[in-house]
Amino acid sequence: MAAGAKLKKRRFDAVVVGGGGAGLRASLELAARGYHVAVVSKVFPTRSHTVAAQGGITSALGNVSPDHWHWHMYDTVKGSDYIGDQDAIEYLCRNAIEVVYELEHMGLPFSRLDDGRIYQRPFGGQSQNFGGPQASRTCAAADRTGHALLHTLYQQNLRHGTHFFDEFYSVDFIRDSQGRIAGVLAIEIETGERYLFEAAAVVLATGGGGRIFKHTTNAFSCTGDGLGMVARAGLPLQDMEFWQFHPTGVAGAGVLVTEGCRGEGGYLVNGDGERFMERYAPNAKDLAGRDVVARSMALEIMEGRGVGPRKDHVLLKLDHLGSDIIMERLPAIREIAIKFAGVDPIETPIPVVPTVHYMMGGIPTNRFGQVIANDGGEDEIVPRLYAVGECACVSVHGANRLGGNSLVDLVVFGRAVGRHISDNFAELGAPADLDESSAELGLGRIDRLARKEGERPDLLREEIRDTLQAHCGVFRTEQTMREGWIKFEQLAGRCEQVAVKDACEIFNTARIEALELDNLVTVARATIVSALNRTESRGAHARDDHRERDDEHWLKHTLYHGDGDRIGYRPIAMQPLTVETFKPKPRTY
Amino acid sequence: MRLSIYRYNPETQRSPQLQDFEIEPGPEAKFLLDALLQIKDEVDDSLTLRRSCREGVCGSDGMNINGRNGLACVTPLKGLKEPVVVRPLPGLPVIRDLVVDMSQFFKQYRSVKPYLQSDEPVPLKERLQAPADRAELDGLYECILCACCSTSCPSFWWNPDKFVGPAGLLQAYRFIADTRDTRTNERLDDLNDPYRLFRCHTIMNCVDACPKHLNPTKAIVKIKETMLSREL
Ligand SMILES: Cc1cc2nc3c(=O)[nH]c(=O)nc-3n(C[C@H](O)[C@H](O)[C@H](O)COP(=O)(O)OP(=O)(O)OC[C@H]3O[C@@H](n4cnc5c(N)ncnc54)[C@H](O)[C@@H]3O)c2cc1C
Repeated sequence: MAAGAKLKKRRFDAVVVGGGGAGLRASLELAARGYHVAVVSKVFPTRSHTVAAQGGITSALGNVSPDHWHWHMYDTVKGSDYIGDQDAIEYLCRNAIEVVYELEHMGLPFSRLDDGRIYQRPFGGQSQNFGGPQASRTCAAADRTGHALLHTLYQQNLRHGTHFFDEFYSVDFIRDSQGRIAGVLAIEIETGERYLFEAAAVVLATGGGGRIFKHTTNAFSCTGDGLGMVARAGLPLQDMEFWQFHPTGVAGAGVLVTEGCRGEGGYLVNGDGERFMERYAPNAKDLAGRDVVARSMALEIMEGRGVGPRKDHVLLKLDHLGSDIIMERLPAIREIAIKFAGVDPIETPIPVVPTVHYMMGGIPTNRFGQVIANDGGEDEIVPRLYAVGECACVSVHGANRLGGNSLVDLVVFGRAVGRHISDNFAELGAPADLDESSAELGLGRIDRLARKEGERPDLLREEIRDTLQAHCGVFRTEQTMREGWIKFEQLAGRCEQVAVKDACEIFNTARIEALELDNLVTVARATIVSALNRTESRGAHARDDHRERDDEHWLKHTLYHGDGDRIGYRPIAMQPLTVETFKPKPRTY
Repeated sequence: MRLSIYRYNPETQRSPQLQDFEIEPGPEAKFLLDALLQIKDEVDDSLTLRRSCREGVCGSDGMNINGRNGLACVTPLKGLKEPVVVRPLPGLPVIRDLVVDMSQFFKQYRSVKPYLQSDEPVPLKERLQAPADRAELDGLYECILCACCSTSCPSFWWNPDKFVGPAGLLQAYRFIADTRDTRTNERLDDLNDPYRLFRCHTIMNCVDACPKHLNPTKAIVKIKETMLSREL
C-alpha cells in the first residue's frame, strides 16, 4: 500500500497492544465483562515472551511453608531496595492469592503437592515472618510456568470472544483532534495494510526491552515498543536505570536457566570449586536477591576466580540433586542445558553468567494501570491510556525485582486495568471518529524507511547492543557511561538514516525491524541518561564511583523526558493502603 | 556453509524457487536460525521468516529442514547435510518465503474448544488434583503450536478443513485427560466423526516431527480408547 492510500478502520471499546500475559489478562477481564475488546499483537499471542518464563508465579498461598501476603509485601519492598511504591506493592501481594486461584480455575496445569494443592518452590528473597526463615512462595507448573500461564490465558480469551489481530505491528498511539488518546495505528504484517484502531481506551502491554543489551534472556520481540510510543508522545519513562541481570544465563547463549534451579537446591561454584555465595550472603546464600548474586558472580569473575579457559563464567551445580528431581521439576532446564551449553546437568554443572533479564523501569502508572504524566509538578493521569506488564512501572519492583514477581504483576495489574476500564467506562467517553491526518506522524515514520540508500539497521542495532553491554553493565561508573553516551549519540544519529531495501508490502519483516530500532534507541537513551544521573548504588544499579545507597537524596523515582533528554523526579509512595510503612533499612541477605 | 532456501515473493514471482546462499557462519552461530538471520542481515534483508524466543519454546520458526520439520532455533548447524535445504512447512499456503498461512491450523485448534470447562462450582481456593492425575497432562500441555506435526501428516495435507490433525487432537486429549474438566462426553461426541478424529492412520510422522518430543499419536490412541471404554 502506497503512502496516502486509505487506512482501514476498526472500532472497539478497548484495544490492548500486546498479547503476552499482561495484555491477555486485561483483555480477558474486559471480554468476560461483555466489552468489545481487541488484542493487537506483533507475534501470535502464544509466541509472546511470557511463554519463556520458567520458574513460577509468586503468591503467599502458604501451601508449603507458613505464609502471609504481608510477608510477601515485606520481601518485595526490601527486594525493591525501598524504591517500590508501597501502595501498589500491598495491592500486588494481597491480590496475588486470588489471581493464582483464578488461574487454577481457568485450567493452568500447576504441579501438585501430594495432597493435591498447588506446588510451591522457594525462590530468592523470600522469607517467613519479615526476614525470618526461607519461604516457599513460588507456584510452578514444572519449569514451564510461563508457557502454561500464557496458553491458559489465550484459551480463556478464545472462550470469551476477544478479537485477535495477530501479527499486527502497532506503530504509535493516536490522539483525536482534542488531544485525547483515541486509538492505535498498526500495520497488518501479512498484507502491509495500515489500520486505525479507534477505542475508548488504549492498553499498552508490549513487554520489556532487554534487546538493547547484547547478552539477554529476552526474545527478539522484546524491543520496548510501548516505551518508544510513550516517549514519542511526549510522556515520561520512569526508573530506566534499573535493569535486572539474572545470575544464571547460559554462558555464551544468553538463554535463561531459572532461579528455581537454586530453589530446588542447586548452587553456584567458582573456578576454585568454592560455593562462593556463602561468603557474600551468609544466610540466604544462593537465594539472596538477584542483584546481590549477580554482583557477587561478577566480582568472582573480575577477581580471576571464573571458570573456563577465559575464566569468564561460573558454574551452576545441580548434579547432586539426582535425576528424579531434575526430570520431574526441571525437565525443560535439562533440555536447555543440553542444547545450549552442551552439558547434561544430571552429570555436569552448567556454565552461567549474569545476563540482562528484566526491565524494572518503564511507563509510570498508578495501581489501576493508568499512565501518569508529570513534568515538574503534580502527577497527572493521562485519560484513556493504560500500561501493564513489563512495559509498565507501577512500581512494584523498584530497583530490583524478585523472581516470580513479574508473572504475578502481569495478572494482578492486567485484571486491575480491565476492571478499571469497565468500572469507569462511561467517563472514558465514546471512541472518537479519527480522520487520516491523526495518523500522519506514524505513517510518516513508516514511509521514511523506503529510502534507497542509507544505514543498515542490523549493524546499528548490534552496535547499540554492544555499547550498552560494555558501558551500562553490572558495575557502572561515570566515566564508562560517559564514553558509552558519546558512542551512543553517534549511533542514534545514524539511526535516522536507516534504509530498508525490501520493498514488498507482504510480510515485510525488515521494515518491522527498522521500526523496532527506533524504540530500542529510545529505551537505550533513557537507560544511559537515567543511569548517569543517579549517583548512588541501589538494587540493580551499582555504581563503582558511588557505592552506597543514599536515602537522603535518592529515595525517589527518576523520570526521563525524551525531549532534550531531561530528568525529573516523582516521590516514592511510602504509604501502603492499610498497613504500616516499611521504613528503609540496610539490605542484607 | 551452503544453504538452499525456498524463496517466494507474491508481488514479483509467479512461482517459488530455491535460492542458493554461501556464508561463513559467525563464531557465535550455533543453530540454523543464526545462519538464516545472518543471511537476512548481511546478504538479503528480504529473506522472510518468523522468529522470536530463539530457545524452542515460542513455536515461531517451524520449517522444513533437509526434508524434516523442525524449529530452526534449536536445529544445530553441526551435522546438517549441505546444502541445507530449507523450505516452509509443507501443506499450508505460503505467504512469503518461509512464512506459511497458519489459519487452517489454528481453526482446527480452536475447534476442539481448547479451554477447561467445568460444571462444578468454583471452590474458594484451588481445585485439588492428585499428582498422579496431574501427571496425565505431562506430554500434552507442553505443545507450542509450531505446527511441525500437523504439517508432516498426510491426512492433514489432504483434509486440513475436516481432520483436526495431530496438534489439535493432542490439545483435545489434554482437556479430556484433565480431571478438572467435566465435558469429556461432549468432547468425545464432537470427535466421534470419520474425519475429525478417524482420519488418523497412525503414520506417526507427527511423533518424529515434534521438536518438544511429544507424542500426538499416543494421545489420539488414548482418545479412541476412551471412546471405546465409554461405549462398553
Ligand atoms: C527467560 C525468561 C524467564 C522468566 N521467568 C520468569 C518467572 O519464572 N517468573 C516471573 O515472574 N517472571 C519471569 N520472567 C519475566 C516475565 O516472564 C516477563 O516479565 C513477562 O512475561 C512479561 O510479560 P508481558 O505480558 O509484559 O510481555 P510479553 O510476554 O513480552 O508480551 C509482549 C506482547 O506485546 C506485543 N508487542 C510488543 N510490541 C508490539 C507492537 N509494536 N505492536 C504490537 N504488539 C506488540 C508482543 O507481540 C507480545 O504479545 C522471565 C523472563 C524471561 C525472559
